[in-house]
Formats: sequence, structure tokens, C-alpha cells
Amino acid sequence: MSNLLKIVEQEFLKTDLPSFKAGDTVAVSYKIKEGTKERIQLYQGVVIQRRNSGLNETFTVRKISNGVGVERIFPIHSTNIEKIEVMSRGKVRRARIFYQRGLTGKKARIKEKRG
Amino acid sequence: MAGIIGKKIGMTSVITPEGKKHACTVIQAGPCVVTQVKTVESDGYAAIQLGFGEAKVKNAGKPMIGHFAKAKTTPKSKVAEFHFDQAMSLGDTVTVDLFAEGDFVDAIANTKGKGFQGVVKRHGFAGVGGSTHGQHNRLRAPGSLGASSFPSRVFKGMRMAGRMGGTRVKMMNLAVLKINKENNLLVIKGAVPGSNGSYILIEK
Repeated sequence: MSNLLKIVEQEFLKTDLPSFKAGDTVAVSYKIKEGTKERIQLYQGVVIQRRNSGLNETFTVRKISNGVGVERIFPIHSTNIEKIEVMSRGKVRRARIFYQRGLTGKKARIKEKRG
Repeated sequence: MAGIIGKKIGMTSVITPEGKKHACTVIQAGPCVVTQVKTVESDGYAAIQLGFGEAKVKNAGKPMIGHFAKAKTTPKSKVAEFHFDQAMSLGDTVTVDLFAEGDFVDAIANTKGKGFQGVVKRHGFAGVGGSTHGQHNRLRAPGSLGASSFPSRVFKGMRMAGRMGGTRVKMMNLAVLKINKENNLLVIKGAVPGSNGSYILIEK
């Protein structure tokens, strides 16, 4: 990307993001506006990928809700994300763990990184 | 209309204070030098000629080197004329200060050449027929060109396939989202014509 484009993006990039990658379990505090009221929704699950770069970077969080797999994509620099909390670090071998979609129950467990 | 010459850098997005993300185009606008002041008495019309971008001296023709020397400046790679309300003199510089955030501007540039294109892409035709029920090769067809024995000819200006793009167009009323004075950057909402790195005229 051109340096001049980066200068424009710089202003909107978050600097206080925790480091996390695929396999990690995160809790995302997402701001939701209902009319004039604003509340915070917590969405917790496993990060299965991070994609794109700069201001357009997004990450996908997968969780099993009532026995149904749910995936949600968040723009990482979105102003609607109040906080991203890393709950645990997973030990996985690839950057995009889409194989998780085909696994359920005991097979879908992810080993925790130690230390 | 007052204006400035710029170079299209590329597209990205900006986030407004309300939390909305807008696609935007970044343009390196100016600084431009006044290379000629045209007046009604000498040229028949009034205009300000601006120069932008450094050209190599060895590549500039002698007449152009002389022309730029009159304004006491180096050879420029692009010149264009604008109509400024205020009086300007040779050698003055025009910077991105000309614009303010929230202004609406017009962008003039050559569009990307698309080559020889059919009517669906070039004129927005819908094609003929469907893709199923045994039909084939009519999906992107232009259909009828007109009636038969009367008028016995195809009307002039009938929209057909042909060369698309590569023409000079003006996009009007584009909002200025941001201005970066240190780097002479102009951030315009949405897309503008042309490829990255091409010249673009911005008018107020």
C-alpha cells in the first residue's frame, strides 16, 4: 500500500488492541444502538481467521449457540467495538482454522497454549 | 471555477465521528505553480494556467523550458487552466488550502479504458431472453435495432457495442472528507475516474 494511503488510515487505526490470532478465544464487547439507547453486547467465541490489513482488517469469531454454529465478522478497527478481551490462547497449526466448521463435540476442542 | 491539479493515489476508507465508515479516494493535490496568466486583452479570455508535478529537464522541450522559466519555476509534467475569482500573478503557488472539509468539488479525469465492450456492459442493456428453457447465446445480445420496411435503416446514434472508457469525464458534487496539509492530501468521498497514479483536476 502506498505510504500516503497509510497516512490517511493512521488516524483511525486502534493502537490499544490486544494481540490475538486464530485459535484464541475472545470476548468482544460490541456497542448496539437501539433508538436513542446504547447497550453493550458480549460475543464470545473462537477466532477462526484474521484477514485483510490496515483499516479494513477483520476477524471472524465462531461459537456454538444452542447447538448451531454461529460466525460473526468484526472489522477490527470498528468504533462499535468497545473492547476485545482475550480469554485463552489456543494452540493451532494454521492461520485459518476453517476445519473447525466440520467438527463438533470432543473433536472440536482446541488445546490451550501453555506458558 | 477555482481548481487544482492532483494525482490519484488510491482508495481507502475513513471513519466519521458518528462511527460510519465511508469509502474514499486519496488525491495528492498540488502544490501547483501559476505558469501563465491569460487575460481577455491578450488571449481573448481570462484564465490561470497551473503546473503540477516535476518533469525531467532533459525530457522537456525547449519551448516548454522557456515557458516555465518565465514563471521562474522548473519544468512541470502537467499543466491545466482554471478560472480563479481572485487575481493571481506568475509564480504564485496554489495549495490544498483552496478547499475545506465539507466542501463539494468536481473531479475531472480520463476514465480507465475498458476496450471493446458489448451493450450490456457499455450501455446497461438487459440482454435478450433467459439462460434456461433451451435458450442459448442471447443472454448478452442487443435485441432489435429498429423496425423493418419503415424506416428501412438504423437510426443514427443507435447504442451498440464498441470502445468503452478512456474518455474525459467530470464527476460533480463529491464531498471533501478530509484535508492533510502537510502531505497535500485531499480525501474525497467515493470513487473518482481514472487509474491510480493518473492526473486529475479538482474544481471547486
